[in-house]
Amino acid sequence: MNIAALTANLHVILPEMVLAAFALLVILADMLRQDEEESRLLPLLTLAGILAAMAATAWIWNRPVASYQEGAIADGFALGARTVILVAAGLATLLSMGYLPRINRQMGEYYALVLLATLGMTMMASATDLIVLFLALEIFSLALYILSGYYRKNPRSTEASMKYFLLGAFASSFFVYGAALLYGAAGTTQLREIGNLLASDHGNPNLLWPGIALLLVGFGFKVSLVPFHMWTPDVYQGAPTPVTAFMSAGTKTAAFAAFVRVLMEALPAQQIQWGWALAVLAVLTMTVGNLTALRQLSLKRMLAYSSVANAGYILVALVPGTAQGSKAALFYLLTYAFMNVGALAVVITLEKIDELDALQNRAAGLADRWPLLALAMSIFMLSLSGIPPLAGFFGKFFVFQAAVEGGWTWLAVVGVLNSAISAYYYLRVMVAMYFHEAEEPVQPRRWGGLSLSLALTALATVIIGLYPSLWTGFLSGLGG
Amino acid sequence: MVPLSWYLILAAFLFTCGLFGALARRNAIAVLMGIELMLNAANINLVAFWRYSGAVTDLAGQVFALFIIAVAAAEAAVGLALIIAVYRKRKTVNVEELDLLAG
Amino acid sequence: MTWSMLFFVLVGAVSLAAAAGVVLSRQPVHSALFLLTNFATLAVLYVTLEAQFLAAAQVIIYAGGIVILILFVIMLIGGETNDFVARQRSWTRGVALGLGILLLASLSYSVFQGFNQPPADVTAIQGGIPEAVGQALFTQYLLPFELASILLLVALLGALVLGRHGTVAHTGSQPASPPPSSDD
Repeated sequence: MNIAALTANLHVILPEMVLAAFALLVILADMLRQDEEESRLLPLLTLAGILAAMAATAWIWNRPVASYQEGAIADGFALGARTVILVAAGLATLLSMGYLPRINRQMGEYYALVLLATLGMTMMASATDLIVLFLALEIFSLALYILSGYYRKNPRSTEASMKYFLLGAFASSFFVYGAALLYGAAGTTQLREIGNLLASDHGNPNLLWPGIALLLVGFGFKVSLVPFHMWTPDVYQGAPTPVTAFMSAGTKTAAFAAFVRVLMEALPAQQIQWGWALAVLAVLTMTVGNLTALRQLSLKRMLAYSSVANAGYILVALVPGTAQGSKAALFYLLTYAFMNVGALAVVITLEKIDELDALQNRAAGLADRWPLLALAMSIFMLSLSGIPPLAGFFGKFFVFQAAVEGGWTWLAVVGVLNSAISAYYYLRVMVAMYFHEAEEPVQPRRWGGLSLSLALTALATVIIGLYPSLWTGFLSGLGG
Repeated sequence: MVPLSWYLILAAFLFTCGLFGALARRNAIAVLMGIELMLNAANINLVAFWRYSGAVTDLAGQVFALFIIAVAAAEAAVGLALIIAVYRKRKTVNVEELDLLAG
Repeated sequence: MTWSMLFFVLVGAVSLAAAAGVVLSRQPVHSALFLLTNFATLAVLYVTLEAQFLAAAQVIIYAGGIVILILFVIMLIGGETNDFVARQRSWTRGVALGLGILLLASLSYSVFQGFNQPPADVTAIQGGIPEAVGQALFTQYLLPFELASILLLVALLGALVLGRHGTVAHTGSQPASPPPSSDD
């Protein structure tokens, strides 16, 4: 193998190279800076890196589908998922600007870790080899373990970090054991090759089933499916809120994108069996997530259980194993990134920094004093509960449509029922904002980046909802 | 020559031991050790599959095992640093006593 | 039964006993030492599988790095003992045992179904020596190799973040903080 073979199609991983370069730049800039004031430049540098990676992604989009060393691919699905992840990372950076100086002065490391976590996520979304997939998973998981404990003086934050680490590492070992069995069954780690070999009956089916089951457990932990979701509320609550926003949207997108690829490329022939397993998990995840969210007083815990429920909706799209389903899942992840990051941005304005959280009564009477903030929160809550014509409605619509057209009508019905349950706890927040008296005067916090990200997410949620044709075009442009 | 299944059974035993340790122990360091056992079980599988596969010139299994060792090292470094950070704050590494976050 | 089988049974038995020791010892230090034994037996198994480089890496990284790190931490924080006798929620142990047995049974069953005959012997492999592994790492597996370097960078940054003002034992509750991070 010569140099030409190593550099062929190197552009496939250009966004990742850009992110790595900027991460190093951030570390360097942090070392060279003279005083505290100059650390304001670090988030801007991070944003520049994320925008450059987005530009690189857009540039690849116009080129033919290519694969780097059979390890990473730049097809429409991977590029779409990368875009969603980069959007989430950009928004999280905006949210961190005014938040971080309050909790920890180690800014260079923070932003470098954000960039590297983004790298891991985008890499995982484009991985076509189990080895690459696993390393990418570990890169962003490790970075997130550290980031969720970034408020180091706060015991809640360190506790969240350690819980996340122990359960995450536990899940990784399931994933790895499953990957090893899959390798044993097929004799290769490349997803497409695994699919070909298994389809031609070369593989060893006895290893296949435990392998798939263990992989499912590993993925289940990462995207927080019931019954592997117990870490989610604690980590979401204890992590600094910008990190929560980043991981809720980013991890989900990366892990679901990889999940889709494993199912669709390596295991398409086994759809009949894993379809049922996923359907059962989806029903459990939606129902348990929503019913538990009903009882939460803390906004962050409510959003955590809501994120569990949302993982269930996305899983519904994967059950039929169709290309339409995976596109619907990706579209859902896009809308979810906007509305959930937006909702968490509102939580940031309301939260008590020591508790890293805001109870629902902090939102009481918000509409009187901060009408715009209340309006933004209403948009996110309505969108999350799936009320037209907001983005969340179309996300759910495409997901359930994919399920119905794949022959899983009952699953779509369960999804719609769940959606109705979820409306209760989302609307409760709105009722508090508009109809309750404020119990204690809350002075919302604000800074430029926070307002900007609130405006961006609210606008995106509305625009995606008003012009879904824009996005259905985007979806059909994703290819198979 | 030892049959492949012997290696796989050994790996399954180790994985199960690790799983039990990770679930039953309350000391965070002990949990971490259980997780290390589980990762090692996967490594035995990978190397054994590689050795007994038709294509030994393709090193996928061995290379995967090497990367898992690297991941385990990184995980252990970060995990132990986290454990120390928690211990400094709370004077315990018993996962059951870490209960500030609850709803 | 051939000599190689006998050898495997011996090494495997030690390995299993060590694994059980890791899980069941009450003293974390004992657990760590059992872990060391387990890693060493695995390195021996890798040699029997013709993966010499991996065996060396196993000894150097696991035994030389990870276990030492674990021992350091245990000694640093005093190693709380007797955690195994959990006061509350002992049901998790039951669940763990049940899950483990279930998993073991299903894994063993599938293995016995598939591999009850010894596979063809492959002689004269060059695959396990450092040269071949290096070749593979820097050509076919360049992308994961680079990713591993990123992973180590993340771990490095993490250790830096978590360890930086470790000497400041208690920093109080005021939001103002530690010396500017650029002072290195």
